[in-house]
Amino acid sequence: MDKRIPSLAEAVAGIPDGATVMIGGFGGSGAPIELIHALIDRYLATGSPGNLTVINNNAGNGHVGIAAMIEQGMVRKMVCSFPRSADPRVFTEKYLAGEIELELVPQGTLAERIRAGGAGIPAFYTPTSYGTDLAKGKPVAEFDGRPYVQERWLKADFALIKAELGDHYGNLTYRMAARNFSPLMAMAAARTVAQVTQAVAPGGIDPEHVVTPGIFVSGIVEVANPAQEEALNRADAAYPPARPQEVQA
Amino acid sequence: MTTKLSNAQIAWRAAQDIADGAYVNLGIGFPEMVAKFQPPGRQAVFHTENGVLGFGEAPPAGEEDWDLINAGKKAITLKPGAAFFHHADSFAMVRGGHLDVAILGAYQVAQNGDLANWSTGPKGVPAVGGAMDLVHGAKRVAVITDHVTKDGKPKLLEACTLPLTGVGCVTRVYTSLAVVDIQDGRFVLREKLPAISLDDLQAVTGARLHPDGAVGDLVVPEL
Repeated sequence: MDKRIPSLAEAVAGIPDGATVMIGGFGGSGAPIELIHALIDRYLATGSPGNLTVINNNAGNGHVGIAAMIEQGMVRKMVCSFPRSADPRVFTEKYLAGEIELELVPQGTLAERIRAGGAGIPAFYTPTSYGTDLAKGKPVAEFDGRPYVQERWLKADFALIKAELGDHYGNLTYRMAARNFSPLMAMAAARTVAQVTQAVAPGGIDPEHVVTPGIFVSGIVEVANPAQEEALNRADAAYPPARPQEVQA
Repeated sequence: MTTKLSNAQIAWRAAQDIADGAYVNLGIGFPEMVAKFQPPGRQAVFHTENGVLGFGEAPPAGEEDWDLINAGKKAITLKPGAAFFHHADSFAMVRGGHLDVAILGAYQVAQNGDLANWSTGPKGVPAVGGAMDLVHGAKRVAVITDHVTKDGKPKLLEACTLPLTGVGCVTRVYTSLAVVDIQDGRFVLREKLPAISLDDLQAVTGARLHPDGAVGDLVVPEL
């Protein structure tokens, strides 16, 4: 078994129009920038994949990563908890113009819905959002005298995530708080591709240290020295670069 | 004469009620100040819902690692004994009743413990983050807030008028004028600034204050 994928382009090649795609990251930490930008490259070259539903905690920041996908018009719907950021203009303008749909989910409910999707649990009850606007239309039940709101699992066709070490079987470790949603998304997607900062042979990760077991991972692609979304935004980066000659200068 | 507490002073007062070894989540913004005022000899363990327990202060400018951030997406540092975990575990800590204290900001608090702190109405882009999760599960859910809005309207009310974050969830409110507990659907006044009379405090409060027993003086150092 060898789950290595030789290039970013091949890693994102199978994502069709209309797919639901989970993308790891909380703000810039854990955002798989190179995989996202490879998907944008494919869209710009072929016009596909468009009409995507993207699941992430946020809805992009600045003009790179998910914000760049939205800016290019690839995204039909965002499922997220907090569509604000230091520079949320790309999403905000499309949302206020009615050009993108938003499903707003409390952050812990978003995480648990994704976990449930990966764990084969179609619905669960949570105290979160009871009595609020976000619980409207959802079944409520009482357990031990307290009311809880029914929430449904979230699954996806693809997950694109960023990990630190990945072995050829797809076992993964993460870097600090960049872990966030990625282990959950890896479970909940039919096909999960991880960009890893270092690919290692089986045995290169101590089994005691594996965070995501390889059974949840379809492929890994090595991206040494990956970009960090926050650093890109602090440098006012955009994708694709608007004026490459200036970037080179 | 102090006419009202500054945000730092409200945060200081809230910090005095956090026990040594408590697991604490501080909301984004103003509540983050509470961490600075832990009494000497006590050390709380701070939780941030993006997946870190045991974080410390911000690093010096230029030494940020943007994979190491808090829920407000600010760079943080780690203390010895820190731990990382994924989002489902992080919110299990929240909803599962494992946190001792959550301290949050508020637009409005009602006398039955309802909290409104996520939305000021239907305009613009709605965003909730972890607000609706954090109000459930912590053993104490405290609010720190100015006693009134910027234009002088009460924030402590009989019923919230803004969209709710949670129902019956707040247990104590630290304001710029008073410390108020929520018990049995009532605001119970525990402390007030010595300089303000009960009548004047009641006049800027949108629901009846119940001074059950002795009301203590709210005394806070200059900060």
